Amino acid sequence: MNYAPLFNPQTVAVVGVSLSNDRHPANVIYNKLHLRYPVKVYPVNPHGGMLHHDKVHRDISEIPVKIDLAVIAVRAEHVPGILESCIRSKVGGATIISGGFAESGRPDLQNRLVELAGASRFPFIGPNCLGIYVPNRFDTFFLPGERLIRPDPGNVAIVSQSGGVLVDQLVKFAEQGVGLSLAVSIGNKAQIREIDLLTYLAAESDTRVIAFYIEGFEKNEGRRFVQAATEISKPIVVLKAGKTAEGSRAASSHTASLAGDYRVFSEIAAQHGIIEARNEYEMVSFCESLSCYQKSITGKIGIITVSGGHGVLSTDACAEHGLQVPRLSEHWQKEIRNYLSPSVQPIASLANPIDLTGSAKDDDFIAAARALSQTPEIDCVIMLLLPYSPGITSDLGAQLSYVYQQEGKPLVAYVPHQEKYRMLIEGFELNNVPVAASIEGAVMMAEALRRCPVC
Amino acid sequence: MLTDEMKAILDDARKQGWVLEPEAKRLLSLAGIDVPRFVWVHDKDQALQAAERAGFPIAVKVVSPDILHKSDAGGVAVGVSDAAELSDVVARFRSLPGFAGVIVEPMVAGIELIVGGKVDYQFGPIVLLGIGGTGVEIYQDIAVRMAPLSENDARSMPAGLKGGKLLEGYRGSRPVNMDRLAQLLIRFSTLLSAMADRVESIDLNPVMCTETDCIVADARILLAAADAHS
Repeated sequence: MNYAPLFNPQTVAVVGVSLSNDRHPANVIYNKLHLRYPVKVYPVNPHGGMLHHDKVHRDISEIPVKIDLAVIAVRAEHVPGILESCIRSKVGGATIISGGFAESGRPDLQNRLVELAGASRFPFIGPNCLGIYVPNRFDTFFLPGERLIRPDPGNVAIVSQSGGVLVDQLVKFAEQGVGLSLAVSIGNKAQIREIDLLTYLAAESDTRVIAFYIEGFEKNEGRRFVQAATEISKPIVVLKAGKTAEGSRAASSHTASLAGDYRVFSEIAAQHGIIEARNEYEMVSFCESLSCYQKSITGKIGIITVSGGHGVLSTDACAEHGLQVPRLSEHWQKEIRNYLSPSVQPIASLANPIDLTGSAKDDDFIAAARALSQTPEIDCVIMLLLPYSPGITSDLGAQLSYVYQQEGKPLVAYVPHQEKYRMLIEGFELNNVPVAASIEGAVMMAEALRRCPVC
Repeated sequence: MLTDEMKAILDDARKQGWVLEPEAKRLLSLAGIDVPRFVWVHDKDQALQAAERAGFPIAVKVVSPDILHKSDAGGVAVGVSDAAELSDVVARFRSLPGFAGVIVEPMVAGIELIVGGKVDYQFGPIVLLGIGGTGVEIYQDIAVRMAPLSENDARSMPAGLKGGKLLEGYRGSRPVNMDRLAQLLIRFSTLLSAMADRVESIDLNPVMCTETDCIVADARILLAAADAHS
């Protein structure tokens, strides 16, 4: 099946626009596509008429151009008929926003869609979903544009069963500067399911990281999903809902009671090289890190900071996340000390974590980062920057990124305040170095690289 | 692939929905998995003969299609040390519901593990390894993999247990033979995969592991609902 018209449409029909209620979901979608996106959009309503000076088509077959994507937001019982019309009119695919199917006791209606579409190899997303979001290209979310927090274009794709969770993840992606290639809310996933999008995204050139929010699989679908995952050379991050122990069906077996749903998912995901995010924070941190680096590390972390406390906290966090903070050899400590400024040279502690003290200037960070990037004793550098320290300038982000560009060893940064130190942060992020908003976030970014089998 | 003999064992077990211990052990044995040299006997005299061949002390367990949980029903006697004690045990077991003989086998020592199998709704056949004993459901110290297992999968399982150090020889105790443990896990996963359409779950509990062997001391195979009673 060809998914290109679904995710990269030039022409879109919005079926179900209201002529009297501009807050109708179909109108919200029509308006945003019409006003803000580089697609050609056509409103459809069986009554015809005019909407905002545009002609409303009575049926998709009346539109004079070939339609790539139909966005369908009408009452459930009308959807099969519209789908048939789409298929007859050679529409490329559909996103069915409407609810009222399997989730509310009408699996028959949903099965009808699957049969109709399957017979014609017609791809559709949903029903009962928000649909698709591609930054700066188009989206089918029935949420007014001004209400959405909109992530920038990038290389992370995210697929979610839940529309609500998806929108919330997009907010977090935007906050943390994680760029998006594609977001899909698959709703009832009647036809296009996680595994289909996994296969599609594996071959899609804008996407480097594939993220999923998964609630559950059908019979043996989990097996097919993890087997497909092992064939894919892009990192796959999964956040699984439903972690609490499921009551054991067969109390007569230890195995059945020990191997609850979540435990099984978690271990089998790891067995197949899928990176499980245990919560939404890991989800964002893992995606951000893997969107910048696809380089596997063994987990020998070098930490650079200006505060002893930060050194200890981050060392603790590393241990909790399965990372080591090895003591730096005398040779490399000397190598760093030689390049430090005279005021820092006698007071810095360089054993790792490296504490450059509050007197440190930009050049001291660069000297330490360069040495850690060169020594084989370390395979990833965490920079804990506290920009209230007077020796740190706004240029440091870009300068440290330059160290990464030259040396090629992954570097992740923690900077405490996203707004106040914007330029410092952009110096990193625009140069492909990830920045966390917490110490633990920076540690999670390093953990993602350790857990990435295909990096 | 299941042999005809294996299939026959599963067919015979349909009436009670699970496989009697001696039959379960025979099935495992056919799949190349080590079990104690057991004898299934039906009266006291046969039990005595079997015990003398095995050498005291021995383990004696009731065989009954009505008793899935033998310990709970008082159908397990371990460390039976002489003929008199054995006679008493057999007499006691005779009064248990559905008595169909006893299983007599040598005592097996070692570190207690549990090896489990389950046909998971989402992932199909899966294999579980845990530190065994009575605390198994309390500590939940387990590793799970999708079957069939590769050599790497099998070797990563004990390494992933919190109590994994116990198996590597902790404070002077002898380490468990990891080659034999991996071999057991792989053979078990292959067997489980071959009968995934007929089985719901399997407990090999305990599996006794030493420096030389991993031996399945007890086994419970529950058939899938569709296969049982059909």
